[in-house]
Amino acid sequence: MEAAQTNYIGSIGLKPSMGEVIEMMASAPATETTKTKFECRDVEVFYSDKRALHGINMDVPDSGVTALIGPSGCGKSTFLRVFNRMNDTIPNARVAGQILMDGQDIYSKDIDPVLLRARVGMVFQKPNPFPKSIYDNVAYGPRIHGLALRKNDLDNIVEKSLVRAGLWNEVKDRLKEPGTGLSGGQQQRLVIARAIAVSPEVILMDEPASALDPIATAKLEELIDELKEKYCILIVTHSMAQAARVSQKTAFFHLGDLVEYDDTQTIFTNPKDQRTQDYITGRTG
Amino acid sequence: MQHFLTPEIMTCAFLIVGVVTAFLYGRGLATSRAQLTADSAGAHSLPSYHGYFSAWTVALLAIGVIALWVTFSGALPKFMFPTMMLGAIALGFIIINRLLTPTFRARNHVERFVGDALMICSGVAVLTTFGIVLSLVFESLRFFDQVPILDFLTGLNWSPQTALREDQIGQSGSFGAVPIFAGTFMITAVAIFIAGPIGLLIAVYLSEYANKRTRATVKPLVEILAGIPTIVYGFFALLTVGPAIRNFAEGFGLSVPTQSAIAAGSVMGVMIIPFISSLSDDVINAVPQTLRDGSLALGATKSETMTKVIFPAALPGIIGAFLLAVSRAIGETMIVVMAAGRAANLTGNPFEAVTTVTVQIVSLLTGDQEFDSAKTLAAFALGLVLFVFTLVLNVIALLIVRKYRERYE
Ligand SMILES: Nc1ncnc2c1ncn2[C@@H]1O[C@H](COP(=O)(O)OP(=O)(O)O)[C@@H](O)[C@H]1O
Ligand SMILES: [Mg+2]
Repeated sequence: MEAAQTNYIGSIGLKPSMGEVIEMMASAPATETTKTKFECRDVEVFYSDKRALHGINMDVPDSGVTALIGPSGCGKSTFLRVFNRMNDTIPNARVAGQILMDGQDIYSKDIDPVLLRARVGMVFQKPNPFPKSIYDNVAYGPRIHGLALRKNDLDNIVEKSLVRAGLWNEVKDRLKEPGTGLSGGQQQRLVIARAIAVSPEVILMDEPASALDPIATAKLEELIDELKEKYCILIVTHSMAQAARVSQKTAFFHLGDLVEYDDTQTIFTNPKDQRTQDYITGRTG
Repeated sequence: MQHFLTPEIMTCAFLIVGVVTAFLYGRGLATSRAQLTADSAGAHSLPSYHGYFSAWTVALLAIGVIALWVTFSGALPKFMFPTMMLGAIALGFIIINRLLTPTFRARNHVERFVGDALMICSGVAVLTTFGIVLSLVFESLRFFDQVPILDFLTGLNWSPQTALREDQIGQSGSFGAVPIFAGTFMITAVAIFIAGPIGLLIAVYLSEYANKRTRATVKPLVEILAGIPTIVYGFFALLTVGPAIRNFAEGFGLSVPTQSAIAAGSVMGVMIIPFISSLSDDVINAVPQTLRDGSLALGATKSETMTKVIFPAALPGIIGAFLLAVSRAIGETMIVVMAAGRAANLTGNPFEAVTTVTVQIVSLLTGDQEFDSAKTLAAFALGLVLFVFTLVLNVIALLIVRKYRERYE
C-alpha cells in the first residue's frame, strides 16, 4: 500500500480514483515491524558560510514519533527542514550529505521538491491558517494537487481530514467561517488537517505546542498519539516532558551536533552522554 | 542707512534679542538662585528649563503684541509698534523675575508649551484645509445660483466660452459637465489599465521573486517615475507618444489626433505605476512569512502560493493602492492640459481628444476673467466635485488599508 502511495505522488500525472485515495487514507501504513523511513548520512546545513549542522547520521523509523530536543539554536528546526527540503526556500541555505527516504535520495535530481512536500507535511510553531474559510484551508492542498475530481470527493477529503485531526465536531457547522477565527489550539489542529488532506506519509512538527495553552497542548498531544498509527512523525519540542510523553525515539542536539539518539525511555532514564544528562536534568539549556 | 531702520525691522530685532536674552537671563537666574539656597538639589527643574520658560514667555507676549498691531495698526502711529514690543519684553522680564524660584516647575511648563506649540502647528494645517473647502463650497453655491446644480451635473453640453462677452447672445453659456466627467473618467481608466497590471507585476516581482539587493535598487528606481515633474511627462505625451500613436494609426488608414485620451492616459499610467507598485509591494510584504511557508510546505509552487494565498490575503491593501492611484490620476493636471485636448467631446472612443475637470479649470481661469461671471465660478464647482471625489476615494482607500493592517497586527 505504501509503495503505491509513493508511486502515486511520484508520478502525479496518473491520478488514482477518489476511491483509491480514500482507501489510502484509511489504510495508510499500519504499525508494522519497524522499518526505516529516513536514513541521514553526514547531513550538513550551511547558512552562507556558517555551518549549522555538523554531519548528522541518523535513521528515522517508519512508525511512531521521533522527538528532536536540544537547547535553542542547536539546529533542530534546521534539521527538520531537511526532510521536506524547506531549506531550499531559504536564501543562502545549502544542504550537503545524503537523506534517503524509503531508500531514495530526496536531494537527487529526479526528485521534485514541490512534490516531495506533498509526501512530507509540516506543521509550524505558530498556527498559520490561510485567511480563508475552514473548508478552503483544508481543501487547499487537494485542489492544488488535483486530488479530487468532483465537489463530492473534495467534501469527503475535507471531512475525513478534519475528523482525523479531531476538529470535525467543533467546526462541522461553520466550515464557511474563516479559519483565522478559531482558537490557537483549533488553528493548530486545522493546519494538521490541512497537511493530512494531501495524504502525506510523514508529518514534521516544529514546536507545534509552543503557542498553545496547557489544555490545547494536552489535546494536541493526544492527537499526535493517534496520528502516529498512520504517519511517521518527527517533532521538535523544547519541552522534555512533551518529548517523554509523545515520542518513542528521542534525538538530542547540541550546537549543531547529534549528541545522542536512542529510545525515549533510555534517553530520559539512562543517558550515555554527559551533555544529554545535563540538559534533561536542567543544568544546561 | 535710514530706511533700513523701519519700525518693523526694529521690532524684529527687539524680538530676537529679547527672546535670546530671556533664555540666558532665566537660566542664569535659576543657577544663581539655586546656589543661594543651601540645598541646591531641592531645585525642581534644571536651569536650562528656566531658560526655555523665560524665552517662551517673552515670545508669547511678543506674539500678542504683533497680533494687536495687526488688528489695530490703522489707528496707531508707526513708532508705537517698537515701543509696544519693548514694553512687552520688559513685562516678560518682570514676570520671569517674579516666577523663577528654585521650586518653580519650569520643566512642566515647558512641556505644556511644547504641547501647545505642536497643536497650533497641526491646527494651522487643519484650518487651512477647512478654509479651502469653505471657499470652494461658497463660490460653488454662487455658481449654482446662476446655473442649476442638476443642469451642471447632468447636462451633456459644455461650452462656457459662449459667455465670453456681455453683449453676446446666449451669454449664460452651457455648463453641462457630463462630457468633462466622462473625459476624466476615460483618461483615468486608460491610466489604470496601464499602471494596474504593470504596477502589480512589479510589486509581485519585488516582494516575492527579487532578491534583497535587486529589490533595494529596483524599488527606488521605479519610484523615480513618480518624482519626474509632470510637465516633462506632459511634453513627452504631446511630442512623442501622441505623434507615435497617430503615425501608428495612420498605418492602418485611421486618423487619430495628436491630442487624445489614449496619449494622455498612457503617459499618466506610466507616472502612477509607482503608486501601485510601491504600495502593493508594501502590503504583499506585510503578509506574514508563515503563510508562504505553510503553502510551500503543502507542495504548492511559488506562483501558486502567490496567486492563491498571498494575493487574496493582500487584496484589500492592493485595492487601497489602486484607489489612491485613481485619485492621483483624477487630480493630475499638466499631462492632460498638454496632451488630452480641450474639446469637451462626449465620446467613448479613447482615440479622440477629450477634456478633463482639471483641464477645464485651467482654461476657465487663465486669461482675463471677471471674477463674478458664471464661467469663472464654474471652476469652483468643478474643483468642488474633484475635491469631493478624491476625498471619498482617499477615505475609502485608507479605511480598507487600515482594516487590512489590523488583521495581521
Ligand atoms: N535563515 C537563517 N539564516 C541564517 N542562519 C540561520 C537561519 N536559520 C537558522 N539559522 C542559524 O542556524 C542555527 C540553528 O538554528 P535553528 O535550526 O533554528 O535552531 P533551533 O530550532 O534548534 O532553535 C542557529 O545558530 C541559527 O542562528
Ligand atoms: Mg526552532
